[in-house]
Amino acid sequence: MSTDGNVTLAHGSGGKASHELIKKLVLKYFKSSELARLCDGAIIEPKSERLVMTTDSFVIKPLFFPGGDIGKLAVSGTVNDLAVMGAKPLYLSCGFVVEEGFLLGDLERIIRSMAEVAQAAGVEIVTGDLKVTEHGACDGIFVNTTGIGALTKERDMSSRSIEIGDHVLINGTIGDHALAVLSARQAFNFEAKIESDCAALFSLIDLVMQASRGVKFMRDPTRGGVATVLNEIVEGKNFGIQLEESSIPVRRDAKALCEILGFEPIYLANEGKVLIVADPKDSRLILDVMRSHPLGEKAAKIGEVVADSKGKVTLRSSAGGLRIADMLIGEPIPRIC
Amino acid sequence: MNLFEPFRDKQLAERLVASIKERARGLADVNLMEVCGTHTMSIYRFGLKNFLPPNIRLLSGPGCPVCVTPVSAIDYACALSRLEGVTIATFGDMLRVPGSASSLEKERASGARIEIVYSPLDALDLASKNADRTVVFLGVGFETTAPAVALTIKRAKERGARNFFVFVLHKLIPPAMEALLSSGEIKLHGFICPAHVSAVIGARPYEKLIEKFHVPCVIAGFEPLDILGGIDMLLGQIRSGKPSVEIEYSRVVRREGNTSARAVIDEVFEARSSDWRGLGAIPASGLALKRAYREFDAESRFPISVPGEKDNPECLCGAVLRGVKTPTDCPLFGSVCTPEHPRGACMVSSEGTCSAWYKYTDDHR
Repeated sequence: MSTDGNVTLAHGSGGKASHELIKKLVLKYFKSSELARLCDGAIIEPKSERLVMTTDSFVIKPLFFPGGDIGKLAVSGTVNDLAVMGAKPLYLSCGFVVEEGFLLGDLERIIRSMAEVAQAAGVEIVTGDLKVTEHGACDGIFVNTTGIGALTKERDMSSRSIEIGDHVLINGTIGDHALAVLSARQAFNFEAKIESDCAALFSLIDLVMQASRGVKFMRDPTRGGVATVLNEIVEGKNFGIQLEESSIPVRRDAKALCEILGFEPIYLANEGKVLIVADPKDSRLILDVMRSHPLGEKAAKIGEVVADSKGKVTLRSSAGGLRIADMLIGEPIPRIC
Repeated sequence: MNLFEPFRDKQLAERLVASIKERARGLADVNLMEVCGTHTMSIYRFGLKNFLPPNIRLLSGPGCPVCVTPVSAIDYACALSRLEGVTIATFGDMLRVPGSASSLEKERASGARIEIVYSPLDALDLASKNADRTVVFLGVGFETTAPAVALTIKRAKERGARNFFVFVLHKLIPPAMEALLSSGEIKLHGFICPAHVSAVIGARPYEKLIEKFHVPCVIAGFEPLDILGGIDMLLGQIRSGKPSVEIEYSRVVRREGNTSARAVIDEVFEARSSDWRGLGAIPASGLALKRAYREFDAESRFPISVPGEKDNPECLCGAVLRGVKTPTDCPLFGSVCTPEHPRGACMVSSEGTCSAWYKYTDDHR
């Protein structure tokens, strides 16, 4: 099938054009015998007594940005949600809502990119849907993915096991995704070459969990950033978390961009980061394991679970002062001067 | 090494704090005002207040451009945004500032075209790319942003732009400092003068303040060591009893300021009386377009009258901006007025005193 043209309403009609699009474009990249049956649903093997299910919808502007695109994001985002629950990602569903007039070539790029990430993460896209809206009713393309993963007993985690003295670790530099997307938007003519960290984290997390039983809790700090996720962890708890600003890995150019725009890296979105709360006895080991993996080279300990300021996240600033690091409120908006 | 990391060094900070403590010893209560919102934010963000001895109080001044923009100006901008064919281009912080009944954010949600730009030149580009629209840029800010806006207006004139206008809300800092001192409402022992405003205007405008009011002034940068160094220098002046304008931020600020930036402001703008939220009308404290550039003036092009200012009487933003009250004195702070649902402008801008206080301290929890 030629991908020179544009998506038309006929591609979402369920008729011949839809059928051709699914067969020649979707099935070309999504290799799954279950999907290829083109039934109304997929029949899947549970592979574990307990399953984890998650869903996420992806809307992003621009659709293609340094380090990734909406397709890569849609697969890795859902894979990561499963992985931080301790689950092994198995199956994905994939729903597209496409605006009439969208370039078929761009759709192919997105589908190809989803297929690549899914294959690398060992996850199978078993069912899907594609709808086309009239021009103006959707901004290019929206993607939804739902994921199912298998959870084994020894990997079931809960924030209830977090104790004072535990260490807070991260697998690398923060804020890259938010800044890459922002820089790619035309309104900001920056020349910073920051790439999104968008990546599927299961292989890294799996490596860590094979090496250590000391992981107590994991979350991927996407929207709202590290500060927001940590606030969610401490909310209503009888402990707090204290971050050490100088230990938080931030790229040099990302730091500079944040200074210019008035952002704090701890509030910026990441798409390839995992925050780990770990037993202090194992924290060294976990850091070493992460650093041995390409997605964890800059892994660092960034804070500790503390008895002070219960229910709050505090930050020891690089200058030495201690202050609150609240949740993100509203959207990060560049400041005036 | 990063450009600003040396100015956040913990050991050096400790040394400055030791000197501050030494100089503060035996002094009665000292009220220092940081005029600029970026200083306020930095003080909270780096937790600098907990370094200071109890007799040194830092008060935040009227130096957040978003905060001092009066309600009537927001109402006018909202009214503009509702006009057919008008696109508002603005710095992001203006979006959420509450007017009397609406905000630009609410207008955008109900269909108004409002674009966030980072530079006024981007707004002019927006106008050239959208010939069928009229683009109105909200010219907010102090002497820091005024030169770039002036340059943009000059460029618009060179290009013969017909669909680009500026709603000029620019304000000048020294007249506001003078108004604060003249009111006598608050006893100030020293000013941490704004960093980047001073990069433009230099030290001279503050010298006039010293002649009249004998208040020590230090122009300090925005980094933690700059601010601690500035406080240390102010205490030195207070101890010696010889007020002067010292420049701590000498890596950026020259005594004569930036003459070319000042020249472009003077070419495009002239001083006019301006309304400040909390301070009222202050003579010669705002900017207006000179006759030669008035064709770009949004207010002349769109003479819409909006009802007079209706500040929420319970909101203490005004008193907070004058340094008379702190956010916790306000009955709305942290209860009905939060960053998610700001009632007053000081809670909106990231540089607003209430916002910094809410975000970085424990006082509302």
